[in-house]
Amino acid sequence: MNTIQSIIQELCPQAVFVQTENEPLQVSLSAAQLAKLIEPLRHNAALQFDYLEDLVGMDFGERLGVIYRLYSTVHKHRILIECQAESRQEPELPTLSHIWAIANFYEREVFDFFGIHFIGHPDMRRLFLRSDHIGYPLRKDYDPESNPLKLEDEFLPDDTSVYVEHDGKLQVEGHTVFEKDEYVVNIGPQHPATHGVLHFQVSLQGEIVKKVDVHCGYIHRGIEKMCESMTYPQTLAMTDRLDYLSAHQNRHALCACIEDAIGLEVPRRAQYIRVLMDELSRIQSHLLFYATFCMDLGALTPFFYGFRDREKILNIFEDTTGGRLIQNYNVIGGVARDLHPDFIKKTREFVNYLPNVLKEYHDVFTNNVIFRQRAKGIGLLSKEQALSFGVTGPSARASNLSCDVRKHNPYSIYDEVMFKEILYPNGDCLDRYMVRMDEILQSLSIIEQLLDKIPQGDFCAKTKPVIKLPEGRFFKSVETARGEFGVFIESHGDKYPYRLKFHSPCLPLVSVVDTLASGNKIADLITIGASLDYVVPDIDR
Amino acid sequence: MFDFSVVTTWIDEGLRSIMPAAGAIAIECVLIGVLLLAVYAVFALVLILAERKVCAAFQCRLGPNRVGPWGSIQTVADMVKIITKEIISIRHVDSFLHNLAPFLVIIASLLAFSCIPFAKGLHILDFNVGILFMIAASSIGIVGILLAGWSSNNKFSLIGAMRSGAQMISYELSIGLSIMTIVVLSGTMQISELAEGQNELWFIFKGHIPACIAFVVYLIAGTAETNRGPFDLPEAESELTAGYHTEYSGMHFGFYYVAEFVNMFIVAAIATTVFLGGWMPLHIPGLDSFNHAMNYIPSLFWFLGKSIVMVFVIMWFKWTFPRLRIDQLIRLEWKYLLPLNLVNLILMVLIVALGWHF
Amino acid sequence: MNSLVKYFSDFFSALKSLLTGMKTTLKVFFRKKTTERYPENRENLYIAEQFRGRLEMIHTQDNHHYCVACGICQMNCPNGTIQVESQTLTNAEGKTEKVLAAYRYDLGKCLFCELCVRTCPHQAIRFTNCFENAVFTRQKLQFVLNRPGASLQPKPAKAPASADNTNPAKPE
Repeated sequence: MNTIQSIIQELCPQAVFVQTENEPLQVSLSAAQLAKLIEPLRHNAALQFDYLEDLVGMDFGERLGVIYRLYSTVHKHRILIECQAESRQEPELPTLSHIWAIANFYEREVFDFFGIHFIGHPDMRRLFLRSDHIGYPLRKDYDPESNPLKLEDEFLPDDTSVYVEHDGKLQVEGHTVFEKDEYVVNIGPQHPATHGVLHFQVSLQGEIVKKVDVHCGYIHRGIEKMCESMTYPQTLAMTDRLDYLSAHQNRHALCACIEDAIGLEVPRRAQYIRVLMDELSRIQSHLLFYATFCMDLGALTPFFYGFRDREKILNIFEDTTGGRLIQNYNVIGGVARDLHPDFIKKTREFVNYLPNVLKEYHDVFTNNVIFRQRAKGIGLLSKEQALSFGVTGPSARASNLSCDVRKHNPYSIYDEVMFKEILYPNGDCLDRYMVRMDEILQSLSIIEQLLDKIPQGDFCAKTKPVIKLPEGRFFKSVETARGEFGVFIESHGDKYPYRLKFHSPCLPLVSVVDTLASGNKIADLITIGASLDYVVPDIDR
Repeated sequence: MFDFSVVTTWIDEGLRSIMPAAGAIAIECVLIGVLLLAVYAVFALVLILAERKVCAAFQCRLGPNRVGPWGSIQTVADMVKIITKEIISIRHVDSFLHNLAPFLVIIASLLAFSCIPFAKGLHILDFNVGILFMIAASSIGIVGILLAGWSSNNKFSLIGAMRSGAQMISYELSIGLSIMTIVVLSGTMQISELAEGQNELWFIFKGHIPACIAFVVYLIAGTAETNRGPFDLPEAESELTAGYHTEYSGMHFGFYYVAEFVNMFIVAAIATTVFLGGWMPLHIPGLDSFNHAMNYIPSLFWFLGKSIVMVFVIMWFKWTFPRLRIDQLIRLEWKYLLPLNLVNLILMVLIVALGWHF
Repeated sequence: MNSLVKYFSDFFSALKSLLTGMKTTLKVFFRKKTTERYPENRENLYIAEQFRGRLEMIHTQDNHHYCVACGICQMNCPNGTIQVESQTLTNAEGKTEKVLAAYRYDLGKCLFCELCVRTCPHQAIRFTNCFENAVFTRQKLQFVLNRPGASLQPKPAKAPASADNTNPAKPE
């Protein structure tokens, strides 16, 4: 920690540091200072922050700004950088997109919600909202009345603007996304292979994909904005609606974040139940991945196999939690109700049943020569790219990037169970697929280990009727089926969060599509999209 | 063995006795046309239902089970629905070609269908190069598909049509060559004679190794020719939504749909005729009593039974394999099937020349 | 030569993988099907006890409920699904008291987060596992949960477990 502080101090003497116990170092910088620091942050041998964990736009009241959270996979240290723009009318910050590729999307998101211009960013368009949206909704002085429901089509401009600084003066330069004579095909927003309302504009040359432009936001619901006017227990209801296939894990992250903030001890039984449920939902998510992956490659029969077996998990969920997709099970302090009496029996049946079926899965699909040729060597994501794009979860582990939060930063009781972090070396579609298939077995083994040892006791700790978080910034991340899902809460001591940011694992996934698909065939674009396994509501939030 | 030509000659003679020859021929043409269309439609309905049932069984489902007992009149209901559906006219399309294309597809399919020998003496078109005509007729369908893709003014359709063009032209080679292998063995191109020639032994047994290879190649190429999975790239739904028929609605779409299913049957029927003895019962040389017993089963049942098995195999392919990518598809044809086929043809010529067949 | 060997070994391993796949699908072909024939199997359909289908108010046999119209559920609902309408009455002893007039619940807005049930201080409401909630208009999704004529359960008796649960609130 001290080394970080001293290096930054050396480069930026005016930087303000805040250091609290068990929390990463916080630094406040001005825009000019940040511009100077970007290079050293990434490349200084003692810093080497190679992973931009999150980029949270903030309305600090008087000023707008951004909180960057950086992590170094080399030194395993983390830093929070707070950077406020000079003026509220024309807020400007330097871009990070040339260093960390994922900053491209994150900065577009911040521009979309806060109207902060990032100088040097290659493509300053809105990411989620319509191009004709008025105002910036996550600013505290935003007037929701300014955007009545629009019923006409959205115009998708083919050009974008770049903000460049010349001799201290800001200039706007035009920049085209697609040339006039390019053969642009719209894949989505209504398309069988986008797994939801996602829109790819694909420039084609015959069958070859030249460029992919992603349009998100078709199911943007403004969950982060809604959460700002909700009490903490109410915000829980939103998490299940982000990545609906990892509903348990998402909710686990938010609950754990709040529990950590108020210093609430979660009973052992609740911890066990949470982990069991997390792993079950990981399996069901991967089964659905298998199903949809097969379907996208044109194998319609395995699609039903996946769904058939996922149904068994949903039945187990339904018995205990009362929900199949939206379970609403984790609550602050534990879980909503105790396990169903049949839970252990049914889960054990399932754990015994699945490995045999997995063999069938492999027979019918994994070993099929057509599939192997379609997936092998397609959509190569190198380890460096994965890191730069902030890709986490199975997709990153297929590129040999060890990033399992359960291993690196164990939460709940993950440090007490034995499991292997699945790593594959190549980073192609086949590896991304295999990682998930192998993770199903690991999750089964975790469940087997825990099933016999569930301790007796309370399933939920007592909480105050009104939950208020102390002032501060809180962060918690968990490993969902798609990667690292993080919750960032800025609390001003109220019963409502001042700012609640969900770090979705799917936005980085969708941001690499262009890189992976360019130069491949249009069928490969579908394979790549399916192998990344993004869930659209999680991207759009 | 009952010969259906008895019936047809009886009708022909009856008509000729009451009217001049030209009138008789005209009436026969109309009669046959109506009959052909009716049989074609019934086959399509049955096949669509069969596909849905078979596919459901592969996918641990029940399939249609609401309309009629076990959903048996589901497709009839679907037919009524699709006929009453509006054909939406689309702006910015080449409307003449757009409307023409589905008819080309269905005509090609009908022409090929009319060559099939359903039973002894029960066939419509039969002349000395019948099998060649059948292949030629069935490949007219590609024109319809290309036109559909081009005239729709839709990028998905165009890509689908281009894929289809590349695919069909490639796989036509394999179909032609694999049938040629059997033509070498049988020494005739007339469809009725092909069937008669298998009286002793079906060609797939008679020509042993090269015939078996030709059969497998034919099945693969035939599946590809009909644009069915795993070769359904032209309409790959996860990539191109619906490929070349994206913009079609109502019965115009129905034509493509029906043609696809009947084409599948045609492929199965050719496989049956050329390789599996057509309507000829299973005869094993030397077992006279067995052969005699087999003759009691009517030839129509033999033909349909064998075709149904082949149709099932083609469906089985579709519901097991993932779709190929375009380069894999072309590679499979030009790198594997075509060389194999050429070598196989030479092998067959050698075997026939040296008399090494059974 | 090597490439020739590879050509053929590739070919045959490919063929083998395809045949294995076909064997597997054929096995499934003859297996028991998993389709649930829904309206026919309605009688013995298994719906988990906990399933959150629709909110209902617990009523006793003599048409009493436990709701004191405190409005905590309404306050906790993240989506404004619940509206508790109360009226002030003067009882026999001359005291004024707040009494539930109408407990309005809009199923169309409900998130099924169960915060209302969890925060209710008197366990007056709960979720039933009735799942057949499909209707044709949105108006039909708006329910008044307290039955006509129902009144607050008198003080001494307070055992919600003995409530009659065979008769969930009917849509209007």
